[in-house]
Amino acid sequence: MLTKRIIPCLDVKDGKTVKGVNFVNLRDAGDPVELGTLYSSQGADELVFLDITATIEKRKTLVDLVKRIAQHINIPFTIGGGIGTVEDVSACLNAGADKVSINSAAVKHPDCIDQMAKAFGSQCIVVAVDTRNVKGVDTVHTHGGSKPTDILTFDWVKEVESRGAGEILLTSMDHDGTKAGFANELTSTLSTRLTIPVIASGGAGTMEHFVDVFTKGNADAALAASIFHFKEIGIPELKHYLDKSGILVRQPV
Amino acid sequence: MKIAIVKYNAGNIQSVLYALERLGVTPVYTDDPVELISADKVLFPGQGEASTTMKYLKERGLDKVIKSLTQPVFGICVGQQLLCSHSEEGDVDCLGVIPAQVKRFPPAGKIPQMGWNTLTQLQSPLMKGIPEDSYVYFVHSYYVEVTPYAIATTDYIVPFASALQKDNFYAVQFHPEKSSTIGERIIQNFLDL
Repeated sequence: MLTKRIIPCLDVKDGKTVKGVNFVNLRDAGDPVELGTLYSSQGADELVFLDITATIEKRKTLVDLVKRIAQHINIPFTIGGGIGTVEDVSACLNAGADKVSINSAAVKHPDCIDQMAKAFGSQCIVVAVDTRNVKGVDTVHTHGGSKPTDILTFDWVKEVESRGAGEILLTSMDHDGTKAGFANELTSTLSTRLTIPVIASGGAGTMEHFVDVFTKGNADAALAASIFHFKEIGIPELKHYLDKSGILVRQPV
Repeated sequence: MKIAIVKYNAGNIQSVLYALERLGVTPVYTDDPVELISADKVLFPGQGEASTTMKYLKERGLDKVIKSLTQPVFGICVGQQLLCSHSEEGDVDCLGVIPAQVKRFPPAGKIPQMGWNTLTQLQSPLMKGIPEDSYVYFVHSYYVEVTPYAIATTDYIVPFASALQKDNFYAVQFHPEKSSTIGERIIQNFLDL
């Protein structure tokens, strides 16, 4: 049976991971490749790297990062951060990325989803959707959740699916950083109405929250950052806990 | 040992190249029939759409070259599907090396299957040392039906052949290059054939 996936997310700026504490056995916790390798060896199912470097030569920075990761890491990974064109996607995939994540660019130019999916296949196009509940209505936000749009989240995920996205990375800005649990209700509403997988993101604080997002939230995968980086939850203990709770997960070999 | 990777229009093979490098192998990436025929082993990876890739292979005569190979050949993902008889993806006749049909998953679950799933009923030297129920990484919307040539099966919506072997042709639906230590062992097994 297909397992639920646990995905640590690493924010990278100028080639270094942005937040986190030093891990034992790790020479440099600031090195995304070393940290990614550690998570991989601990049983992470995939990795997401978000490059938040703001440079003029953005694509070159991304491609350099992708190459370094792909050379060393033997599980799938997604790269995101300022990807907006077919050329960006091509460069990242050719450097060894398994998937790319697009966000603001997709909202601005929805056609780019069609173009990317047609050129490279849906399986490698992840559309990241930042959502916030405004006066009782779930709406899409861009630019790290800071800019509201008038697009309804539900309509948007259906549209990106029909345009050829292979996966949705759904981040609830209302839950992100709260450590009070994922947006289970919204995740479930979207996940059960989509035919593509949904990665839930935002709000992980305890191991129970992961159980909830897979059972109540019907998520296909769960993404978290700080709880892993600050060693609040270890991936092996999380997977053990999920297994004991009846959630099918891959145990590290 | 000379390892060749078939060069054709089936997407990104960088991950396969890196996986081989991690195992200390530097492959030749080529569409030159002479290079392919003279290699000790040939990898046939691929992502992409079956009918477009078959058209490309035929136009360049690579279909005949691949079929004629007598050394160990390793099809990965779409490479596996192309070694079969026929694919529902674009309703296309494939290379016909392994008599099996490629079908689309019925719409009773999320498509593509994306993630980690288990290998069961393992056979063949390709699976040497791989424990039953080992997890490997899949991304696919089409699957190969279970036939006597299956050397591993997996359940997703339906049971399907996640690995195949016929004579010198070996093939897997999953991505060994992305399947952590289990995947590395399977690639090493192929290199050791």
